[in-house]
Amino acid sequence: MLYVVITFLWTSILLYLLLGGADYGAGIIELFTSGKNKEVTRKTLYSAIGPIWEANHMWLIIAIVILFVGFPVIYSTMSVNLHIPLTIMLLGIIARGTAFTFRHYDAVVDDMQHIYNTIFAISSFVTPFFLGIIAGSAVSGHIDPNADTFLSAYIFSWLHWFAVAVGLFTVSICGFLASVYLIGEADDDQSRLRFAHKAQFFNIAAVICGILVFIAAYLENVPLMEWVFGNWVGRIAIISATLSLIWMWYLLYQGKIKLLRVLAGFQVTMILLTTTYRHFPNIVILKGGGYLSLMEHAGQEKTMQSLGLALLIGSVFILPALFYLIYSFQKNPLKYNEPH
Amino acid sequence: MNDFIAARSQMALSLGFHIVFSCIGMVMPFFMAVAHYMWLRTDKAVYKNVTKAWSKGVAIFFATGAVSGTVLSFELGLLWPEFMKHAGPIFGMPFSLEGTAFFIEAIALGFFLYGWDRFNKWFHWFTGVIVGVSGLASGILVVAANAWMNSPAGFNFVDGKYLNIDPIKAMFNDAWFSQALHMTIAAFVATGFAVAGIHALMILKGKNVLFHTRSFQIAAIFGCAAALVQPFSGDISAKDVAKRQPAKLAAMEAHFHTEKSASLIVGGIPDEENKRVNYALKLPGFLSFLAHGDFESEVKGLDQIPAENHPPVAITHYAFQIMVGMGTAMMLISALYFMALWKKKKWLESEWLLKLFVAATPLGFIAVEAGWTVTEVGRQPWIINGIMRTADAVTPMPGIAYSFYLFTAVYVSLACVVIFMLYRQIKMVGKLYDKPQL
Ligand code: HDD
Ligand code: HEM
Ligand code: HEM
Repeated sequence: MLYVVITFLWTSILLYLLLGGADYGAGIIELFTSGKNKEVTRKTLYSAIGPIWEANHMWLIIAIVILFVGFPVIYSTMSVNLHIPLTIMLLGIIARGTAFTFRHYDAVVDDMQHIYNTIFAISSFVTPFFLGIIAGSAVSGHIDPNADTFLSAYIFSWLHWFAVAVGLFTVSICGFLASVYLIGEADDDQSRLRFAHKAQFFNIAAVICGILVFIAAYLENVPLMEWVFGNWVGRIAIISATLSLIWMWYLLYQGKIKLLRVLAGFQVTMILLTTTYRHFPNIVILKGGGYLSLMEHAGQEKTMQSLGLALLIGSVFILPALFYLIYSFQKNPLKYNEPH
Repeated sequence: MNDFIAARSQMALSLGFHIVFSCIGMVMPFFMAVAHYMWLRTDKAVYKNVTKAWSKGVAIFFATGAVSGTVLSFELGLLWPEFMKHAGPIFGMPFSLEGTAFFIEAIALGFFLYGWDRFNKWFHWFTGVIVGVSGLASGILVVAANAWMNSPAGFNFVDGKYLNIDPIKAMFNDAWFSQALHMTIAAFVATGFAVAGIHALMILKGKNVLFHTRSFQIAAIFGCAAALVQPFSGDISAKDVAKRQPAKLAAMEAHFHTEKSASLIVGGIPDEENKRVNYALKLPGFLSFLAHGDFESEVKGLDQIPAENHPPVAITHYAFQIMVGMGTAMMLISALYFMALWKKKKWLESEWLLKLFVAATPLGFIAVEAGWTVTEVGRQPWIINGIMRTADAVTPMPGIAYSFYLFTAVYVSLACVVIFMLYRQIKMVGKLYDKPQL
């Protein structure tokens, strides 16, 4: 059962990165889109994610519940040492979730829209940035269980170049996922072209940020090189991700939308795989070489059994319903002005 | 403000905020399902308009409820890491099932909100019902988790270690049924009265009278039916508390001295130093009856509980009085309303009845907040009753006060925006739905 639970944890994180990520990315694109195109972007965004919006963010909650039920020590260590970035991320989640809904459901359309839009776009950037910081900090070896000053316990645990670089990398991945996704949702050729350009832009940004991550890892003594290239899984994943990237660039303007999406998803999956595979099952790496392992810090037998069972039963209900939801609105996309 | 108080205040604020949205998220789908059903059956446009207008409100409340809930699932760790370290694996079962319930709710909401004119109309109606049922299920589950904090079960506590964990037993602890029942009814009371009150106000103002009358009827019938049974479920809760948490019961009643044939104290100002209650109305024997079903029985007072385990008496007592007061008031209004429905149709058109409902708009939610204050403050100084102290559970991080101020600012502004949006929704009813209808 432990492996079932870990699989669910990893899959929820991946799905949150892919679906929630694309969702954040749409807001990031808005942030990087000039005045007159903003409205088009917004409409495409709405018709693309409106119905599944709420569901995309459930993956985060599932991951958190798995952590605090199944791996309470890991959850509480991260909660203590990464209190500040977690709080900022939460503020981002509040701001973004409410702004998205308010701008759509406000009965009167006036200047308030401008405020909702600004909040939405900014928090779409801040939230994944801090999500990246949290993920980067967890594995960076900066969390110090013996810290005795405020700074070393609560600030330097997350404020360092590696985490910042991972944060930027996460943001660019989100923008990338969203633009690839939105190419298929746009109504006309001009917008499609625009999203294809955006996809290139964020792709280049992701490569640059990726290089920054490696440089920062080197500066901060994070053995990232070893994790990525020190084993066959990592090497194969990275090579196939790179090859698929080249293929994707080739496809970008050819309108092969499904294939593009699959490739983008594949790349992100490979990135998550390489970065987690090598130090599995240690998901938090502490200062001084200690670590928190999913194996050693799992809850007692019965807890894991009932957690695994709850997750399995849950997915029997959730997955078909979710697929049907996505399928229905893919087959027959929402129009922005459709009565609802 | 010290860190411990700040952490407690932040938790209370976040929960007090979330509970409003979760009550609405649990109950409104049922109101909508009724209106929707009436529309599908009778084809009267007004019911369609009611359904659509409500569904927009629900979307706003749902989003706010969802983000505040997401915040809570992190806050449990951010503020109470020591508690979660031990409690997570024990009381996690309802939370993991709740995850499923939320997910289904979110999916069904996608179908419902965006599915107008796209699906078979009964399928569409059904997705609305699913939103309600899964919301209700998540409410019941999360209350079962809270009940575990009042009535810990499903593990052996040996030398500070939590052994032989059994999550299923933990979920079905002694308190879960009475709390879940009382909470579910409370959600219907609070939402019903709030919605009915707002529509009553609009009827009195003479705006879109047909629209608001239909909405009022649906909300009032649900709210009043629930308000009539709520005191009985409260009685079940009180008997339960008397059994498992005598300290909480004593604090609720400001019952300082153990006695037989104990009197029920109504109102009054507890004087914790001199251990008495001033200016209170005393009903001899009634406390014994309420707690144990026997006018003669003995009720444990605070004197039998070590001082370091006393909950704050005044807050718990006031909160309890407020809840019961609101509950009684709403029960009386409900009785009048049902009288009107069955015997005195004339009353239904009279202004005073509507005014009564307008006045009662906030009562249900006040009672909900007060009730939770009883439950949570009455459990102090324990976070897990009898097992772990709240003070031992708090995060070691300093400066929580700033976090509390920040979240207060965020929640206050969010509350303002939600009220503002609701106001605009109501204002627009005329424009959007005031076509010649019938
Ligand atoms: C509309 C809301 C509402 C109304 C009218 C009442 N209550 Fe209540 N009460 C709640 C809403 C609520 C609540 C907020 O939902 C609580 C908090 C925890 C819980 O399970 O329900 C609660 C808790 C609660 C508790 C503590 C349970 C515990 O700690 O386990 C008791 C003893 C009562 N109630 C008793 C009553 C009585 C005797 C009422 C008589 C009129 C009453 N309540 C009306
Ligand atoms: C299932 C739901 C709930 C859970 C799991 C829960 C959990 C907690 C926890 C962990 C604390 C901090 C520790 C403590 O003070 O004992 C707390 C405190 C508190 N909660 Fe709850 N709670 C729940 C529902 C609510 C609701 C709905 C309210 C509504 C108002 C509420 C009001 C409070 C208050 C006022 C405190 C502070 C008590 C004090 O420190 O004196 N709780 N709760
Ligand atoms: C008495 C207390 C509580 C009740 C009755 C309750 C009930 C609900 C309900 C009905 C919803 C659905 C949202 C809606 O329809 O508006 C919801 C959302 C949520 N609640 Fe609570 N809740 C309570 C306390 C808590 C606590 C203590 C937590 C944290 C651990 C929590 C976590 C969540 C989360 C994560 C969501 C968002 C789910 C989504 O996106 O749909 N809730 N809650």
